[in-house]
Amino acid sequence: MEIPKALDPVEATKIGLPDVLKDTKEFRGETTLIVDPADVPKMVRFLRDTPGLVYNFLSDISAVDYYPEYSRPERFGVSYHIYSMLYNRRIRVKTFVAEEEPSVPTITDVWMSANWLEREIYDMMGITFDGHPDLRRLLMPDDWHGHPHRRDYPLGYETPQFSFNAEEISKHKPHALE
Amino acid sequence: MVETTALTTDMSEWQGSLDELKGLVSDRALTGETVLLNMGPHHPSTHGVLRLLLELDGEEIVNCIPDIGFLHTGIEKNIESKSYEKGVTLTDRMDYLSPLSNNMAFCSAIEKLVDLDVPPRGQAIRVIVLELQRMSSHLVWLGTQAMDMGAMSVFLYCFREREKILTMLEMLSGQRMMGSYIRPGGVWRDLRPEFFDAVTAFLDEFPSRIDDYEKLLTKNPIWLDRTQGVGIVEPDVALSLGMTGPSLRGSGVNWDIRKAMPYSGYENYEFYVPLGEHGDIYDRYLCRIREMRECVGIVRQAVDKLPDGPFRSENRKFVPPPRSELGQSMEAVIHHFKLWTEGFSAPDEEVYVSIESPRGEIGCYLHGTGGNKPRRVHFKTPSFIHIAAIPTLAQDHFIADLVGIIGSVDVVLGDSDR
Repeated sequence: MEIPKALDPVEATKIGLPDVLKDTKEFRGETTLIVDPADVPKMVRFLRDTPGLVYNFLSDISAVDYYPEYSRPERFGVSYHIYSMLYNRRIRVKTFVAEEEPSVPTITDVWMSANWLEREIYDMMGITFDGHPDLRRLLMPDDWHGHPHRRDYPLGYETPQFSFNAEEISKHKPHALE
Repeated sequence: MVETTALTTDMSEWQGSLDELKGLVSDRALTGETVLLNMGPHHPSTHGVLRLLLELDGEEIVNCIPDIGFLHTGIEKNIESKSYEKGVTLTDRMDYLSPLSNNMAFCSAIEKLVDLDVPPRGQAIRVIVLELQRMSSHLVWLGTQAMDMGAMSVFLYCFREREKILTMLEMLSGQRMMGSYIRPGGVWRDLRPEFFDAVTAFLDEFPSRIDDYEKLLTKNPIWLDRTQGVGIVEPDVALSLGMTGPSLRGSGVNWDIRKAMPYSGYENYEFYVPLGEHGDIYDRYLCRIREMRECVGIVRQAVDKLPDGPFRSENRKFVPPPRSELGQSMEAVIHHFKLWTEGFSAPDEEVYVSIESPRGEIGCYLHGTGGNKPRRVHFKTPSFIHIAAIPTLAQDHFIADLVGIIGSVDVVLGDSDR
């Protein structure tokens, strides 16, 4: 079988999806393609299915919160790290998500592994994924309030409980005594 | 007459609602045709605190719904409040069977973010400890997997050899497990002279030990019955599920990050990546066994041609000076003070680095702020992905096979929950 020649991902995207690609970035040899949230599924499908690109493996989805700085277009960033086994190279698709009702379309129908990665982001960052089949909390308990990985969520700490302050601390934790 | 409690499914005291389970389990569970069973969180064969909600038709698994998060300790969130070097100690606690791989993923990400080079000796020492760690992790996997399947004695033999590896790691870092030996820019300190004797003796002995394990299992008819043809995953499904490491190679996909995108000088060592054929538990077992044999070769090569020179970068803007310099150099004192109080700064950019851990691809996504603390650290951990894959693998198998399947994808719950 003849392997098609590897294409430059930036050039190929500019030709294949001209109105989708907003910006590109290069840092330490990592290429980032910046797209709008609504275009993420279209973009990753293009990267996966175009001969010469074949980014066929989803490594990771990570989310980052830029609060309180406003150095980026929107508050949240979601990065998709995709790998091409055929051409042995990586690419990052990045999208910026607004603070009000942050939402990105799901890519679970492209890769099954996106299921839990998106659930984790929903749990930790509060970004919802439209069309996700099973968007429940994953790591935190179901009745948890807030999204711990947001930058405005305090790290918190618990005072060690000794006999002299046991009662006072127990007052703050009614559930622990049940 | 003694009154006995009848084993009925009395739902009157249950506070929840079946609606919560709609979409997760089949309709037959809601009518009571199939049985819902909780496996875990505390169950010896789940390798940690993993809860699986099983929907059973007889003994056959109709649905399997993993529930994780019991070991969630907020490591990623904690690292955000620490300077880069201090975060290394926390990464040890994620995958507690291969702490050095986590160190390596995090340190590689830091090195890429700040553009810090590791000297050749540091790289070679990293390879030695990473491969020793891979052996020790595979030994724990082999022991527990065999024990899950009813072969108790393998567990004891495996832990005997693992103890020797941990003793060697203790010679290096002072700790058996959570050594934080790999640091940004290299390793914490140089190899001790007694380490070389220990590692040579171990490498001479270990291949025959692997033969012993194989004598107990590889052609054991009970082992073959329980593992062959069980938990089969096709290569394309495995890729879509995101499986990595020996679990993926058991399905015949030749992808090892040590070969594909060599880091830490792996391109200088000759080794071979074992592949499976059928993608069942047995092939994943064979892959890991052969991988241990390859590890022996890599460590031997690395020890034999260990280069001279510094074991840690001497870029004093990122790496604190050794104690001995502090009495002689004012600059060393300044660097020591700055690096241990404030730490170094990294640009407001993002990097993603992945390495091959014993379980698969550990990816570290690191986003700096321009200051001395990261904005976001995210670990893509192999156990997390593999637990998500268990329902697909376990479909239509018996509960007894599920135990083997959980073991065969080698999950560590500290790794998945972080």
